[in-house]
Amino acid sequence: MGKLLVQEKEIVVPGQQVAEGMDYVPGYGTYREGENILAGRLGLVAIEGRMLKLIPLAGRYIPKRNDTVIGRVIDVTMSGWRMDLNSAYSALLNVKDATNEFIPKSADLTQLFNFGDYVVTKIINVTPQFLVDLTMKAPGLYKLPEGRIISVTPVKIPRVIGKRGSMVSMIKNATGCQITVGQNGLVWVHGREPAMELIADKTIRMIEEQAHTSGLTERVKAFLEEQTGKTVEVPREDEEYQEV
Amino acid sequence: MTYAKRLDGRNWTELRPIEAEVGIIDNATGSAKFKIGKTVAYAAVYGPRELYPRFLQDPKKGLLRCHYNMMPFSGQGDRVKPGPNRRSREISLVMTNALMSVLDLSQFPNAVVDVFVEFTQTDAGSRCAGICAASMALADAGIIMKDLVTAVAVGKVDDKLVVDLDYQEEAYEGGDVADIPVGILPNSGKICLLQMDGKLPPADLPKALELAKEASKKIYDVQKKALLKKFGVDRS
Repeated sequence: MGKLLVQEKEIVVPGQQVAEGMDYVPGYGTYREGENILAGRLGLVAIEGRMLKLIPLAGRYIPKRNDTVIGRVIDVTMSGWRMDLNSAYSALLNVKDATNEFIPKSADLTQLFNFGDYVVTKIINVTPQFLVDLTMKAPGLYKLPEGRIISVTPVKIPRVIGKRGSMVSMIKNATGCQITVGQNGLVWVHGREPAMELIADKTIRMIEEQAHTSGLTERVKAFLEEQTGKTVEVPREDEEYQEV
Repeated sequence: MTYAKRLDGRNWTELRPIEAEVGIIDNATGSAKFKIGKTVAYAAVYGPRELYPRFLQDPKKGLLRCHYNMMPFSGQGDRVKPGPNRRSREISLVMTNALMSVLDLSQFPNAVVDVFVEFTQTDAGSRCAGICAASMALADAGIIMKDLVTAVAVGKVDDKLVVDLDYQEEAYEGGDVADIPVGILPNSGKICLLQMDGKLPPADLPKALELAKEASKKIYDVQKKALLKKFGVDRS
């Protein structure tokens, strides 16, 4: 009979034994060695029936198709822009994917996006060798004006967003700031009042720090109420740790 | 004359006091400090990130690069000449090989993971301390690895088998000294680093490795505790 050696949501380190016996099946982040199942990375245990998975607690962003990300222009080429995605791989935004306007061949592309500009874009293609293509032709993609960029561990982004965006809309409502969250771990915050922008910044960092704990929504609500001095409403129920 | 008592008063198989901490360098993807006795190692992991020059890239898997460095003031009083040298290149290489045995970088073709291991103070056993720190930092960086790596020096001072030699013991002049740094995967007991300096009767090597295996479990407990502590789990 197989035996489970950990509890749901327990933190395990690489090589730690998670279960013994053939009754359990290794899932994402775990592997089988002989009759045992061991952890293959640092993570939070998630038990799904007989499948044992790990929710990662750290790690860099791996580009994925259809992700909305925040990129920074690092190079301007003949036919487009190269963007840093806060990942191991940079991405290309082609002129024809950037705008519907006609751009003559000789045009100065820095007029659209200059070096160092932050842009909300969407990944349209990723090859097995991680050549990444971006597009601006989808709703909600734009060049970011002034504001601040906060870097969050990418695996904690689902927590910042919350279930159906509940967490991020709670911060938006409480502080009146504009917030855009990129799947690659960059969060853009801009508020008309600098003090409110600072509170939003602090709140996001707090969520990152406590992302692996439960009851986070309540604590974030209390934190926002204490900081802003107003009552804050929780948009929807949000208790479970969401998967990427 | 025999070596009757260890110079610093420890038991034969006792490790020096160990302290470990994870997540100490904010800019790094993962970081750790590992202190054993007077040897202090800081490891910072950056990446996976793009690898240049391009001819170094491997389209099948990511690369690991370790950089071992002793700081100028880290020696026994004399200034350590800064910059890479023969010794640090060798240690960087054996550390890379030891750590590569547990890492899976197949998800990151053409990329590199850089591990910088810096020593603020050394008192023998620095490559072992460096490997312990680096493996914690890699786990903290969220890299896929099948086990942590522990490393400890075992050896023979005159006629006694000892664990975790310090500098005084390595420099012992009353008899032969053998210094064997061993890297061990604590859960499987497999060996990923084995070097030796000095003289040792062949029959003593298995005994010494057995001692290293026991010591590695103790180090693993410290590493595990440090990793959990970063997430507010205190299991002492």
